[in-house]
Formats: sequence, C-alpha cells, structure tokens
Amino acid sequence: MASPKISLHGVTKSFGPKKVLQGIDLEIATGESLVVIGGSGCGKSVLLKCILGLIKPNAGSIQIDGEETTDLASQDRARVMRKFGMLFQGGALFDSLRVWENVAFGPIQSDGMPIDEAREVAIAKLGAVGLGPEIGDLYPSELSGGMQKRVALARAIAREPEIIFFDEPTTGLDPIMADVINDLIVKCVHDLGATAISITHDMTSARKIGHRVGMLHEGKLIWQGPVGEIDRSGNAHVDQFIHGRAEGPIRMQVRKL
Amino acid sequence: MSIPLLTILGRMTLAFLEAIGSVSAFAFHAVRQAVQPPWYRQQILRQIMEIGYYSLPVVGLTAIFTGMVLALQSYTGFARFSAESAIPNVVVVSLTRELGPVLAGLMVAGRVGAAMAAEIGTMRVTEQIDALTTLSTDPFKYLVVPRLIAGIVTLPLLVLVADIIGILGGFLVGVYKLDFNDAAYLRNTLDFLEFQDVFSGLVKASVFGFLITLMGCYHGYTSKGGAQGVGLATTNAVVSASILILTFNYFITEAFFAR
Repeated sequence: MASPKISLHGVTKSFGPKKVLQGIDLEIATGESLVVIGGSGCGKSVLLKCILGLIKPNAGSIQIDGEETTDLASQDRARVMRKFGMLFQGGALFDSLRVWENVAFGPIQSDGMPIDEAREVAIAKLGAVGLGPEIGDLYPSELSGGMQKRVALARAIAREPEIIFFDEPTTGLDPIMADVINDLIVKCVHDLGATAISITHDMTSARKIGHRVGMLHEGKLIWQGPVGEIDRSGNAHVDQFIHGRAEGPIRMQVRKL
Repeated sequence: MSIPLLTILGRMTLAFLEAIGSVSAFAFHAVRQAVQPPWYRQQILRQIMEIGYYSLPVVGLTAIFTGMVLALQSYTGFARFSAESAIPNVVVVSLTRELGPVLAGLMVAGRVGAAMAAEIGTMRVTEQIDALTTLSTDPFKYLVVPRLIAGIVTLPLLVLVADIIGILGGFLVGVYKLDFNDAAYLRNTLDFLEFQDVFSGLVKASVFGFLITLMGCYHGYTSKGGAQGVGLATTNAVVSASILILTFNYFITEAFFAR
C-alpha cells in the first residue's frame, strides 16, 4: 500500500469509565472509500470526530498525509481542516444563514473568497447535487429532510476537499431519496478524487458507496475487508449485523419488560 | 447523619469551585482570542444591532417608568421635610450611578443573554459548532468573541440612552404632576449632574455587557443533551448574569465612591 492518506494507530478514547475506542488501527489510501458499520453507541461518530480533531483521543496516533494531528495548535488545525469536508448526520446547516450562504460559508469565511464569486460557486455546487439556484435564497428550515442533506453535501464539497466524511448520510430518508444521496456521494467522491470515510447502519448504502468496509464493535475494529467480501466475512458479528438479526453474538442492551 | 451532610456540602463546594474555574478559563480564552485577528466584523455589527438597537424599546420603557416612579416616591418622602428641590438631584444621581446601568443590565440579561444561550446551545446540540470547525472557522472567534465585543461596546451606549430617558421620565412627573418649574427642574438636574456619576455608570454598563454576553456564550457553548439542555443553559445564563451584575455593581460602586 502506498503512503496512506489517513493513518490511525492505537487510538483510544474514554468518557469517564466508558471505553468508547479501544486501540483502533486503520489505514485509508488516497481515493479510497471506507465505510464503517456498527451498532448504535459502538464509537463510530467518536472515531470520525477524533480524526477531525473535534475530540482529542486519550492515546494513539492520527496522521493525515503523514502529519501527526493529535496535538495541533488551532492555526495548524485550521490548515489541516482545509483538506476536509464533512456531511453531518442532521445536516448541521446554519439556521440563520440562507442556503447559498451555508454552501459558500467555507469559501467566504475561511478562504477569503469575494461574496459574488462565492455565491456563484455555491449555486454551481447546489446544481451538482441536483438543486436549482432558486433554492439558494431559502433558509434551511424551509427545506425537506432530503433537500437539507443535499445542501449539506453541497457545503461539504464546496471547497473541493481531499477527504470527505459522511455521518449516517441516509438516516431518516425514504429509500428513494436515500439512493439519490448515495448516487450523489459516489459521484462527488469520484469527481473530486477524494478519500472518504462514511459511517452508516444502512447496508444498501454501505454496499453502494464503499470500496472497503470495517466493522466497529465495542470500540474495536473487529473486521475489515473489500465490500464484495462482506457476505463471506466469516465473522459472526458481521453476519448478524448485515442481516439485521436480533439473535447472535451482539447483544443489545435492552431491559426485559 | 453528619457525614452525609458533610459529603453534600463538600460536593457542592467542589462543584461551585469547578464552575468558577471553568467560567474563568472560558473568559480568559475569550479575552485572549478577542485581541487576536481575525475579527468577524459582520458578526460584531450584527450583535451590536441585536444587543443595542433591538433592546432599545424594553430598556427605554424600563428607564422612563423608573424615572417617573423615582420622582414620585422622592416627592412623597422629601415633602415631609420641605426638601422637594432635591428631587431632580435624587433622580439624576440614582439613575446615572445605579438604576440606569443595573436595570438596563438586568433587562438585557433577560432578553439578550437568554437568546444567546439558546442560539449557541442549539448550535451545540445540532452539531453546527462542530460544522464551523470542519469549515476551518474557529467557533470561539466566530460565535463568542463578536458577542463579547458587542456587549462591552453597546451596553454603555444603551445605558446612556436609558439615563436620558429616565431623567426625562422624572422631568415629566416633576413638571406636569408635581408642578415644578420646568426651567428650574432642568437647572437643578444639570447643577447636580457630575461627570463621575455618568462615567461610573458607563463603566458598570461595560462590565455588565461583558458579564451578560460571557454568561450567555458560556452556558450555550457548554450545553449538553437536547432541548432540555438548551432550556437549562438559557435559565442558567439569565440567573448567573443577574447575580453577577448585582455583585459586580457593589464592587464597582465601592471602587468609585467609597471614602
């Protein structure tokens, strides 16, 4: 494998007594799309937030293009962040800004792009995710869930990032809109030549957008391999998860009524 | 019986000290960030409008009725000693030194402090603050610093307006209800008005502006959970800002006027 774009070694993170990540080792090549699957609360979002620097890991190394990022000062963090785009689970669009201002936020505030030029970029990116220019003048609260996801995707790709993270991109969407979003993710990642990490419960989405799949369980990466091999992983946890079976080695923490 | 009580007292003391440490660290970080570029001028202007312009009606109404009541109450007391001529003095000194900054501060804490905590708290729980970071924007600089600068700059202006409106309220009651001569009332007001009275009030206003915005930002920024967490942050922002305003009011008064 050539020098990895993202490299994690022995990453651990605890919140009080709860060990959320327990020694994650992971390497992602440039242009590769990795999908991380796993049950709720297994540490998927924490993993992404550790890579983004939103949460500081207790131990371990996280390197982006070979640069250690766990102890970066804020200015260096902003520089490394320039490589990233992120689609949040709930969209995380700024309520007080119009749609085009949301999409143009990065180019204007962080890259110093003139407003008129940034507006054109925003309209073009909205077009890339199938939204017309008239949407640009609306506020996020005036959009449906699917449209908000598309706007969030347009914002994530507005600065043409080298790395894009997708946090539960299809959660809460109907199957058709979910497929539309999946297609857009595949297209955007391909067009930008970006490296991608997606976290999802949605196996249809995982099979469509990923080159490689990793399964996180109780803070450990218990299996990873090409997406085509997921049905013959030979791992009982993976089998149970991808077939959505209540019975198996993964026990849900539910109290009996 | 005494051990659990001591345990509870100990925990409360630790929690209190932890809160003071946390707020102090937040304030220190905010001040340090405020003196370093970049400054988001659009955000600062927006917050100046929000704190100053949109608070004018509520602060103006509070000030005019306070001035009116002050004149009326002073009259009922001073009339017993034939000291009615001191009413303009009482109105102007009370308003500029104390009531103008304190009442404006409390009204702004209720209106603006709560709104700030709710807005930033909602941004926290909906991951909008994380989104700012991923867009290479320091959320502290973008959200907290403009509000603090706007609070420090705007509240003195708001209090200056409140002082004028409050004195006008006292004048209206003095002239139209208590039959003062209008020119004499104004002359008495101006004769008793001292620079230090107004200046101390404006210093208080600036400090209150800092405290209100600091509490709004701190409680919003550190809010957790969902709607309940944001609601709690809003309440805490208003209560803590109000208490701090009254506490700092005493110490600033002592610094200016203690003999």
